[in-house]
Amino acid sequence: MGDRDVLVAPDAVAEGLERIAKEIIDREPDDEVFLVGIRRGGEPVAQHLARAIGRRTGRIVKVGLVDITLYRDDAATALPSPRIGPSHVPFAIERQRVVLVDDVLYTGRTIRAALDALLDFGRPRRIELCVIADRGGRELPIQPDYLVAKTDVDDGQRVEVTVSDERFQVVSTPKK
Amino acid sequence: MSDERRHLLQIEGQKTEELVQLLDVAETFFQISRRAVKKVPTLRGKTVINMFFEASTRTRTSFELAGKRLSADVINFSGSTSSTKKGETLRDTIATMEAMHPDVLVIRHGASGAPHHATNYTKAAVVNAGDGMHEHPTQALLDAFTIRQQKKTFEGLRIAICGDIAHSRVARSNAHLLTMLGAEVVMAGPGTLMPVELEALGVKVHNRVEPALEGADVAMMLRIQQERLGGALLPSTREYARQFGLNRERLALAKDDCTVMHPGPINRGVEINPDVADGDRSVILDQVEAGVAVRMAVLWQLCAEEPLP
Repeated sequence: MGDRDVLVAPDAVAEGLERIAKEIIDREPDDEVFLVGIRRGGEPVAQHLARAIGRRTGRIVKVGLVDITLYRDDAATALPSPRIGPSHVPFAIERQRVVLVDDVLYTGRTIRAALDALLDFGRPRRIELCVIADRGGRELPIQPDYLVAKTDVDDGQRVEVTVSDERFQVVSTPKK
Repeated sequence: MSDERRHLLQIEGQKTEELVQLLDVAETFFQISRRAVKKVPTLRGKTVINMFFEASTRTRTSFELAGKRLSADVINFSGSTSSTKKGETLRDTIATMEAMHPDVLVIRHGASGAPHHATNYTKAAVVNAGDGMHEHPTQALLDAFTIRQQKKTFEGLRIAICGDIAHSRVARSNAHLLTMLGAEVVMAGPGTLMPVELEALGVKVHNRVEPALEGADVAMMLRIQQERLGGALLPSTREYARQFGLNRERLALAKDDCTVMHPGPINRGVEINPDVADGDRSVILDQVEAGVAVRMAVLWQLCAEEPLP
């Protein structure tokens, strides 16, 4: 793929997600936890984590999805995207523990928008944040509670998580 | 939305794929109105002015809710309680509104072309909410949205539109949109109320409702405008109901799963019988629900600063 560099290989990501599944359970072993993926990159990660947690606890972990398009701080000036999908949170989050899941953490603006979107569904007891890659460059005071890996790239690079067959890897490509 | 990229004045002449995209966006907004918190912050800081120079309940309410659910500030202006009554011209009214920096003007007016005229005096995006006998584009979009919900696709659908076609902006906008989307549109109504120019769109026109309803997937009844009854064009209400009203017997000519639509307000027992209007094939209230979603999509697209790619 030419100028595409693998920053975190699939095995390392898989191992990191297993560790996170355990951390999420350990923090509150007896209580139910809900996962909410941020469309679209966070969706497969949340599904994967839900299965990993389920294997350890024997309980089914429910997964919701939020689409942040309408909550972006530049929503009114951004292009209306025909690809905005519906948010889907098929459980009551009131007084529940929710882990918000995304693939890459960068400026923090997506997370800010996702928090607003999620809070429109109710008032969770606590919201935690899980991401695979943290590339730095924050523009808001937002930090992950669970992280697979920090990446060290310069501003000209774009960090992405690719997924095939439930195998995730973190890659960097030059920004266009 | 062409030269008028930033306006929605009519369906005629628009690009099919842009309108389909709008219907897709409306799907997302449709879900928002069903949530406990029926509001997203998307158009925070934008101002929408509803300017209704003609009576309206559902269209005005629908636009108002659409704007509010997107967090825009919505102001309503009605022709009957405004300076228009004191003789102010449309041009001056628009210029006055423009001085308050609105982002969108939603205009309903009795004169065909009034919203188009208004675009000359404002930098705001203009939405036609029904102009005279010309068009009512958001009504057609919400009708298409409802049909797509029911039937999934427009290909191969036979859609009968019945009533006072000549005076109906709803019929005109729908004729354009539904044929663009691939449906077969047939129309029926009293001969005195049928325009000739629609045949050019490939719309088949009948003087009786029965042949139009034959095998129809959708029966869209139009309101018979009371003000036109009793004159030279139409006999009485009873006569109209007997010849053109949708009742169970006539509906039986259509397909078994024929969807019954009406843009409202309905005249029960005139163009549609109560048992059909309230029956299980009727989606009249689904149309109202779709209206809010479609108008949210329209407001959002018009407030975006850059055109779609």
